[in-house]
Amino acid sequence: MSVEAHEIIPMPLPDPVGREESIPEAARRKLSSPWASGLVILITILWTVPTFGLLVTSLRPAEQAQNSGWWTIVTDPAMTLSNYSEVLTGGSVIPNGIAPYFFNSFAIAIPAAIFPLVIATMAAYAIAWVPFKGATFIFFTIFALQVIPLQMSLLPLLQMFNKGWSLGPIPIFPDMNKPGTEQSLFVGTYVPLWIAHTMFALPLAIFLMHNFINQLPRELFEAARVDGASHFLIFRKLVLPLSVPAIASIAIFQFLWVWNDLLVALTFAGGTPDVAPITAYLANIKGTYGAQLHLITAGAFIAIIVPLIVFFSLQRFFVRGLLAGSVKG
Amino acid sequence: MGELASGLVKIGTGLAAVAIVLGLLLLIFFIGARAKGRAQGPVAIIVFLGPAVLLLLYGLIVPAFRTTVGSFQNANGKNFVGFANYSWIFTAPGNSTFLINTVLWIVLVPLISTGIGLMLALLLDRMRRESISKSLIFMPMAISFVGAGIIWGLVYEYRDPSQVQVGLLSQVAMWLGIDNPPNWILWQPMNSFLLMIIMIWIQVGFAMVVLSAAIKAIPGDVVEAAELDGAIGWKLFSRVTIPMIRGTLIVVLTTIMIAVLKIFDIVRTMTNGNFGTQVVANEMYAQAFVQFDVGRGSALAVVLFVAVIPLIAYNVTQLRKERTIR
Repeated sequence: MSVEAHEIIPMPLPDPVGREESIPEAARRKLSSPWASGLVILITILWTVPTFGLLVTSLRPAEQAQNSGWWTIVTDPAMTLSNYSEVLTGGSVIPNGIAPYFFNSFAIAIPAAIFPLVIATMAAYAIAWVPFKGATFIFFTIFALQVIPLQMSLLPLLQMFNKGWSLGPIPIFPDMNKPGTEQSLFVGTYVPLWIAHTMFALPLAIFLMHNFINQLPRELFEAARVDGASHFLIFRKLVLPLSVPAIASIAIFQFLWVWNDLLVALTFAGGTPDVAPITAYLANIKGTYGAQLHLITAGAFIAIIVPLIVFFSLQRFFVRGLLAGSVKG
Repeated sequence: MGELASGLVKIGTGLAAVAIVLGLLLLIFFIGARAKGRAQGPVAIIVFLGPAVLLLLYGLIVPAFRTTVGSFQNANGKNFVGFANYSWIFTAPGNSTFLINTVLWIVLVPLISTGIGLMLALLLDRMRRESISKSLIFMPMAISFVGAGIIWGLVYEYRDPSQVQVGLLSQVAMWLGIDNPPNWILWQPMNSFLLMIIMIWIQVGFAMVVLSAAIKAIPGDVVEAAELDGAIGWKLFSRVTIPMIRGTLIVVLTTIMIAVLKIFDIVRTMTNGNFGTQVVANEMYAQAFVQFDVGRGSALAVVLFVAVIPLIAYNVTQLRKERTIR
């Protein structure tokens, strides 16, 4: 089976947790060996230990966390939640807590996961089912836009939000300064982050949604059109409900992508507690308070717990979205 | 509790923005639905496609054009300087560090990640109870690069050998009889490889899951027929399994390569590009947003863009080919 994006949404992949019978049972038994199992268990441990070490360190008192290895918890089992309360609200060491950034991450990621999916589903419907000249051209152009790394867009977009754009004398994006100041209206708001994440997500989201919507049965649309339903009605009553599984998969992946993003956040949010997400805060305290292992680890665990909950509870969706979205950039 | 209240306000802001945008769209839908007869098609196209086209135009097409122009301009974008920024990238003393590192990253990380991922996929295919292992190895994929940087920063934590060790790697080295483990993050040129391990840690799960799906999709009768012909073990692997999943293997390799090419967060979090660990994507960020040299930053972005094109083009043709074969 290929990982071709076309197939990922419509065709559910084998559940990563369950298994499909492909090699006959007898053959598998013959091939399985304690040696292979041992190797897998060894790699599993190797892969899990670093994260486990982070969790243990975040639960140890400052003294133990900074002056002994986390594995010594076996002989010195002191544990505390005080690191979490200090890093959440701020304390004597790190004055500003992580809590505002944690909420910023939600405030950024929820709209930034929904906007591109809604807009992409609309565009995909138009390309697939509203007949017009140039539909194929638009589809392939959008597909080709995936090659543009977001690094190409950062500087011009930042300039657009801060100073506007004009083509010679013709303004193509107005200079939206606060009245009487040099400062853009967008500074200190989530708006540039929502817009930037939506823009960067669109090529892939449109491509994947098109592949899904394109495969819906033609009779469905023809019957609706014959009954006199407008495109808008068809979209709301037919396309949206039928697309929910595809939208969910891509939206979950997009949510995690935005939650984990640092580059877009640093560019468009700066580091202020008003809008910067948790990744920006973590990168910042890693540089400034790197020696405060008990607090850094607690902060990092707060940041990764949300993706981990999403990952373990929605693994099936996550895998589909990931396979589809892994070429995103 | 003030924190919680202001936090809820923030989430409320996000939800309100969603409600406003969806409400606006619904309103436009109702207006659009009033179009009658021949106007229906064009109105629908404008309403459905308009937002996406505008966002792509402003978000990708115009910026890509502007960045390309900017790459031929000086630091503040006032004068044209020809290819000066590009010749700076490839000839300035000191820049060979990030160029060589980037090449090492895009060669080693995809190969090693895919290699380990393939091995795991093969081993797991023979095991009955694979679920827990698979989930745990796949888990790093959900963790941000910054989070991964902190997780591995703890592993690489350095303490003087005379003191109690805090970092796992130093402790393991001492248990193995290396009495004087180096300060890992400062240990050139090995520190670049230690940063690559973080990326490998993240990408192995991706390779494993995708390749595992490909291996499971090999028809059972193909395997049985090969076994009847005496193909077992290495022969089965090299003559049957690998050719059957070749396309997927290449997609996994190139996909990781594209991700690695743009790697920024890990290097920035771990070393900020110091100690000989710089890579192109982080240099681009540093030039554009720390040095405020728009010309060099843009030129580095264009280099990334040009480097990504053949990978994606190859990926697409490979997928096309595979599609027509089936």
